[in-house]
Amino acid sequence: MNLNYGPEYKNFKKEVIAFCKKWEGVHFIDEAKVLMNPITKVGGIKITRTEWQSILIKEGYFARSIPKEYGGYGGESDVIKNRIIASEFSNYRIPSPMSGQGIDMLVPTLLELGTEEQKKQYIEKTLLGEIIWCQGYSEPNAGSDLASLQTKGELVDGNWVINGQKIWTSTAQYSQMMFCLVRTEPEAKKHAGISYLLIPMETPGIDIRPLVDMTLKAGFNEVFFTDVTIPDTNIVGKRGEGWAVANATLTHERGSLTDPNGTMNRVNSLIDRMKKETVNGKKLIDIPVYRDKLMGLQAKVMAFQSNSLRVLSAKINSGQDVKMAGMIQKYYGTELRHELEGFAVDVMGEIGTLYEDSPHLRDKGSWQFLYMYYLGLIIGGGTSQIQKNIIAERGLGMPREPKVQGA
Amino acid sequence: MYFGLSEDQLFFQDNVSRFLEDHAPLDVIKKITEGEGQNLQKEIDSGLVNLGINGLLVPEEYGGLDLDLLFAAAVSQSLGENVAPFSFLGPFVMAPIALSHGASDKQKRKYLTGIAENKIKFAIGFSEFISARNGSGITFKNNKVNGKLMFVLDIEGATHLLVADESGCIGVVDLADQNIEIVNLTTVDKTRSYSEVILDDVSIDLLEKSLKDNFAINKTIDAGRIILAADSLGASSALISKAVEYSKERKQFGRTIGSFQAVKHMCAEMAADLEPCYAFVWHAAHCFDKIPDESRLMSCHVKSHVSDVSKVIAKKATEVHGGMGFTDLMGIHYWFKRIGVNRQNLGSPEIVREEAAKIQNL
Repeated sequence: MNLNYGPEYKNFKKEVIAFCKKWEGVHFIDEAKVLMNPITKVGGIKITRTEWQSILIKEGYFARSIPKEYGGYGGESDVIKNRIIASEFSNYRIPSPMSGQGIDMLVPTLLELGTEEQKKQYIEKTLLGEIIWCQGYSEPNAGSDLASLQTKGELVDGNWVINGQKIWTSTAQYSQMMFCLVRTEPEAKKHAGISYLLIPMETPGIDIRPLVDMTLKAGFNEVFFTDVTIPDTNIVGKRGEGWAVANATLTHERGSLTDPNGTMNRVNSLIDRMKKETVNGKKLIDIPVYRDKLMGLQAKVMAFQSNSLRVLSAKINSGQDVKMAGMIQKYYGTELRHELEGFAVDVMGEIGTLYEDSPHLRDKGSWQFLYMYYLGLIIGGGTSQIQKNIIAERGLGMPREPKVQGA
Repeated sequence: MYFGLSEDQLFFQDNVSRFLEDHAPLDVIKKITEGEGQNLQKEIDSGLVNLGINGLLVPEEYGGLDLDLLFAAAVSQSLGENVAPFSFLGPFVMAPIALSHGASDKQKRKYLTGIAENKIKFAIGFSEFISARNGSGITFKNNKVNGKLMFVLDIEGATHLLVADESGCIGVVDLADQNIEIVNLTTVDKTRSYSEVILDDVSIDLLEKSLKDNFAINKTIDAGRIILAADSLGASSALISKAVEYSKERKQFGRTIGSFQAVKHMCAEMAADLEPCYAFVWHAAHCFDKIPDESRLMSCHVKSHVSDVSKVIAKKATEVHGGMGFTDLMGIHYWFKRIGVNRQNLGSPEIVREEAAKIQNL
């Protein structure tokens, strides 16, 4: 066991800190369109988000391992450096690079399976935030059983003509492009009939309707396709290979939503809140039942932090087997966060249920909001039940569900 | 950066596991716990001492291996996995740590050398510092100790006893003293011994440094808690393997029960709950060895958390085995009971969590 990063990273850390100090307070002219960590410190220089992306790429703080010819930094991938960058950016409240489904999922897929033309056409613009992507996977009748999707694509005179509906599409309203799974081979077996298409969102026949979720924010959209026509070259991989292409992408899905350090920050905020808040004149932190539950949750988050260090270690030291430790993260992390936010609502009682711009709102209503938001994350990206199937079947080697005929 | 057990630690752990698989399978454990295996017990004790288990935490200058707590945690995992009928916690973890931090040089020479040479074996009576039950308590006066200790650990085969009063002062008692009365207590876990000790004006050798502050006792209890967590971790991991294995063989309704989602999900929940505990136990042991600032809180949290996770696994893994899980025949209850007693030793979860809050000045 050795938790030091080693001397070669000392200089790198210094460089990152110097960069952070130089750019402290940087903020943006344009609105955030995709997921960004909020910056609370403003007052420095004001630039566009695209300018910020290109500064970060130039320094090697973003798109590190993406080749220069496609707009990346062209270096070696280094998880420790990535960790140092993330932690110093967070310390200095420097805005982290843009993320989103285009950067996190489409770019790695194109690098692996795209044509040379596709790489040149899309990767750099995506990294700079000039093209924002949304993901067209789920349908009303294809959720956990994604491969049963029915949106249809037919080849007519050298063009794909697409009809059908997608749902749970985040950022569709801001996106220039969608990477989309479409059934193009109706005769083929379920998984073999799907293709991976790239659809410009300006194409006529696309109708985007916002879907308001329980937090009362429009986090998602429904997207309807009526005779949407795109060139036949807008396909990644071959016809009928879309399932394999999508699975290559799924392995790139980011795990930062269940980041244990973020959850530990919430534990600390809750402790601060419990020191201030009272019930019947008594501070919440002094009430034995609350203390006990709080300590139990703190312990659980610590265990999760240790687990993620072990997963990190395996990325650096080849041959370390942490398959199960990685496999449980989505299930464990989202359930834990939901439990923590819900506990915070409980200790505040009725105060905890205040919402939006109500009088007496605490911490901007974040506890109640995130309590609900994390329920969404428990369901999205493979529900907890699907995760348990994966853990049991792929992790513990238990038998698969018997197949139902015709499904 | 490397997070995990080293090759040396894995090698030592593997040696202990292989020895136990050969010399302490369940039928041997059953004989010992039914009181019919004195020779078998001796064989296990001497075999593990031959591997060097007694000198693991004894400093080199007193003839020990001078290894760190992470080593001991790796060993403890294996002992728990095999529900080994072996006293490890008291004589070979808590005693050398209490002596290393609390004893004078002269005391160290006498006792630590004795441990390394396997001539002195300590039992531990520290419960009164953590949670005195049944009105127990001891007092020190004029180098004599009086009173009653409850739930003394590992007295079977011990020559000496380390005791602590409620303020955290530690002393050594020679068990040959005529004024000591030992009452064996029967807990559900028969793989290790627990006793009540009544001391009537017994001579005591107080550990010098432990009289100044609570550093030695805190360090000893922190270590003990991590080792108990490691034991429960090992026991839980064995239970999950057993449950998964059984569910792949047992058939009902024309299918293996492991193909039913109800059973699969129970197993997945057990695995997901336990997996972070491996990292947590190793991390806590590493902090004990190298990062003292974080060590006290980590020890408390790892003890209470692993206790809670293990309790649920003990229940669910038994359930997966159905009626057979409830029988003595299959012996799942050895792991269930081991976890049950580990949970209460050196502070039950609620008591340890309150301590964790106080450590953070909450």
